[in-house]
Amino acid sequence: MQVPAPFTYERAGSVDEALALLGRYGPEARLVAGGHSLLPMMKLRLARPEALIDINGLAELDYIRVDGDHLAIGAMTRHAAVLESTLLSEHYRIFAEAERVIADPLVRNRGTVGGSLCQADPSEDLSAVFAALRGEVVIRSTGGVRRVPLREFHVGPYETAVGDGEILVEVRVPIRTSVGSAYEKVERRAGDWSIAAAGAFVVLDGDRISDVGLGITAVGAEHFTCAEAEAALVGAQPDDEALEAAAAICASSCNPTVDQRGPEDYKRHLVSVLVARALRRSIAAARVGSSRGVED
Amino acid sequence: MRVTIEVNGRETSADIEDRLLLVHYLRNTLGMTGTHWGCDTSNCGACTVWLDGLPVKSCTTLAAMADGRSVRSVEGLEGDTLDPVQQGFIEEHGLQCGFCTPGMMMVARALLDRDPDPDEATIREAISGNLCRCTGYENIVRAIRWAARKQAETGRSDREAEEAVL
Repeated sequence: MQVPAPFTYERAGSVDEALALLGRYGPEARLVAGGHSLLPMMKLRLARPEALIDINGLAELDYIRVDGDHLAIGAMTRHAAVLESTLLSEHYRIFAEAERVIADPLVRNRGTVGGSLCQADPSEDLSAVFAALRGEVVIRSTGGVRRVPLREFHVGPYETAVGDGEILVEVRVPIRTSVGSAYEKVERRAGDWSIAAAGAFVVLDGDRISDVGLGITAVGAEHFTCAEAEAALVGAQPDDEALEAAAAICASSCNPTVDQRGPEDYKRHLVSVLVARALRRSIAAARVGSSRGVED
Repeated sequence: MRVTIEVNGRETSADIEDRLLLVHYLRNTLGMTGTHWGCDTSNCGACTVWLDGLPVKSCTTLAAMADGRSVRSVEGLEGDTLDPVQQGFIEEHGLQCGFCTPGMMMVARALLDRDPDPDEATIREAISGNLCRCTGYENIVRAIRWAARKQAETGRSDREAEEAVL
């Protein structure tokens, strides 16, 4: 039987209470939301917090809404809610496309956006989604609120900018028009982590790409993206030549590790194929969107 | 710590270790062994129960997290008669060894409450977090379709029937 090592359980009823509990228990305390990453790690003694602060009751962090020219997603929003959100789908198909291949429906009923980002697994999908969209996270402490771009959020594998005594409360994504987006993932079996996955958004201005974002996960892409490939695409015509050149930059600049999911050359090949596919579908959706006002 | 958890409509309460998992609360503390304890890594879904109406994996949920909330386990499916889902698993030979069955049925019940007429792809997606190692998915899908048809014929889901009684 796998059970976690002993710890003290506390339940927070508000963000302020969660912060107070973090202050009381110190750096060996951990927040737990869905728990579908943390509890398995605790069973294996890969994590051994002295206190768990349960934030499942924080309804104040469970929302998806428009906030000015941004979409705001509360940290306690469950994966299932992201998958089903018509608001998110109207703006960015990439959310539903990524969510439907994250784990399985039962895990998606519990797992949260904030939990997934803070777990910071190097193969995590939403990290690539938010990196592609150039999102930012909102982090609260008793001292106030600060914002960190998603592309500066990950400090390393399983390490983020969220410090002791802090809680990630929201993720924000700029709203864009004439935009299309898509997510492409290859996994060994249903519900598994990616062998490689890539997401994209593209904004078209006439026959040129005026803005583009790329997200890549599971293959050691720096900050879950590839700025060099993005730079090569801005201003380019959205043709196969430009897409494949950008995809090749992604494939050569990432750092895949050799593991049971495959050898390095295979993973680089996957990156080039998936980036090109995500871009191609994003462009197609942007063309539809620019004639209809919203992305299909 | 002391927890109070509503299980299948009945209030239960016990002093537990903070680290006790919900699956072990059901099986060991309450002696309700209908919920199966499988992979322990939130992959197989044999431990699936409802928490506040949503199916979750109870091997990856602390009993403490369910304090003050409601849980429905496989023992709570049957009313005066078998739930159509249970009957469907009998009619269509939806089980062989039976280990995955409690989880499969809890997911199926949740699916049919939400979508009374799911197609095969929807059923397969719904049970994608539940593993059967007897390779019985074909019959499991048929069993859930059987339950959907049965409900449509009688015009009343199990839940509606319960509400009618209340």
